[in-house]
Amino acid sequence: MDSHAIIDVLSRAVPAAGLQAVQSADGMPTMYVAAEQLVETCRALRDTPELRFAFLADLLPVDYLPREPRYEIVYLLASLGMSGYGTTAKRLRVKVRVPSGASVASVSSIWPAANWSEREAYDLFGLHFDGHPDMRRILMPDDWEGHPLRKDYPVQIKTPVKVYAPLQVSQEQFVASIEATRERARKD
Amino acid sequence: MTSVDKMVAWARRSSIWPVTFGLACCAIEMMAMSASRYDIARFGAEVFRGSPRQSDLMIVAGRLSRKMAPVLRRIYDQMPEPKYVISMGACASVGGVFDNYAIVQGVDQVVPVDVFVPGCPPRPESLIYGIVQLQKKIDKQKAFA
Repeated sequence: MDSHAIIDVLSRAVPAAGLQAVQSADGMPTMYVAAEQLVETCRALRDTPELRFAFLADLLPVDYLPREPRYEIVYLLASLGMSGYGTTAKRLRVKVRVPSGASVASVSSIWPAANWSEREAYDLFGLHFDGHPDMRRILMPDDWEGHPLRKDYPVQIKTPVKVYAPLQVSQEQFVASIEATRERARKD
Repeated sequence: MTSVDKMVAWARRSSIWPVTFGLACCAIEMMAMSASRYDIARFGAEVFRGSPRQSDLMIVAGRLSRKMAPVLRRIYDQMPEPKYVISMGACASVGGVFDNYAIVQGVDQVVPVDVFVPGCPPRPESLIYGIVQLQKKIDKQKAFA
C-alpha cells in the first residue's frame, strides 16, 4: 500500500483531514496531516479495517528553526499484518506541522505508547500536548529551565551543579515520629 | 605517628569496602576489577556493598548527570566516616567527551575526591593502581588528632 492508497482509504473516513502525500527518500509512505484533525485521523488510522496501524513505533519532534511553522512532529506507525491487525504488514510516517507557541492534541488516548514520547517531546522541545494525562518532564530534572533539544538552546551552558538541601528534622518532629510508631505498634 | 595510629591505618586500608556506584561503561571495568581475573581481593577491597552505611569507599564509575548529582551527594552523606572517593575515568573526573548542559564537569563539584583515575575507561589495572594509591594515602593519615 503506497501513500496514495492509504490517503484514499483515510480521506473516506476523515474527509477534513487535510492529507498531503510527500516524497520520502527511503520510499516509506509519508503524509502530512492537519493539526486540527490529528486525533480523528489517528483514530481512523488505528481502527479502519484496511489500515489497522495499531503500533506507534516512535513519536519525534523536529525543530526547523528559523522556519515557521517551526516544529514538525513525526509519528512512525506500523501495521502488523496479523490476524485482526491489518491485511498486510506496512509502515507509515505521519507528520504534523506545529507553529512555535502552539500546542498539539495528544494521541496518548489512541496509542498508550505516546504517553512517554509526548512527555519527552515536552521535556526536550517544549511542545505542549492537549489532553495528555500527565504533562511533566521525563528526562531532565523537574526544576530544569529551558528545553535542551531546541535549536536555540545554549548547549554548552555552564550553571552551578545543584545538590539537595539536607534533610533537617526538628526534635519535636523526631519525638512525634517515634511516638506515632509506638502507637501503631501498641494497636497491632 | 604512634603505633596505635599505624595499626588503625593498617586496619582501614586493608579492608576498603566500596559502595556500588556504577554509572556507565566504567562500571564494567570496575566489575572486571573485582572479579576473578584481576581480583581486587588481593588488596582487601573486594566486598562491594549495596548500602552506603556499610562502606567506606565510593568509586564514581561513569559520567554523572546533573539529575544524578543530588543522589550521589546523598549517598556520600550516608557513608560513615572515614570515607573516601575515587573518581574513575575521564567523564567522572572532568566530564570527558560530554561537554554539555546535562553532565557534571567533574564530580569534585559534588563530593571531595581522593584519587582521580584517568582513562576512557581505565583498565582494571589502572583502577587497582588507584586503590593502592588510596591505601598509601590512608597509611599516612592519623587516626587520632
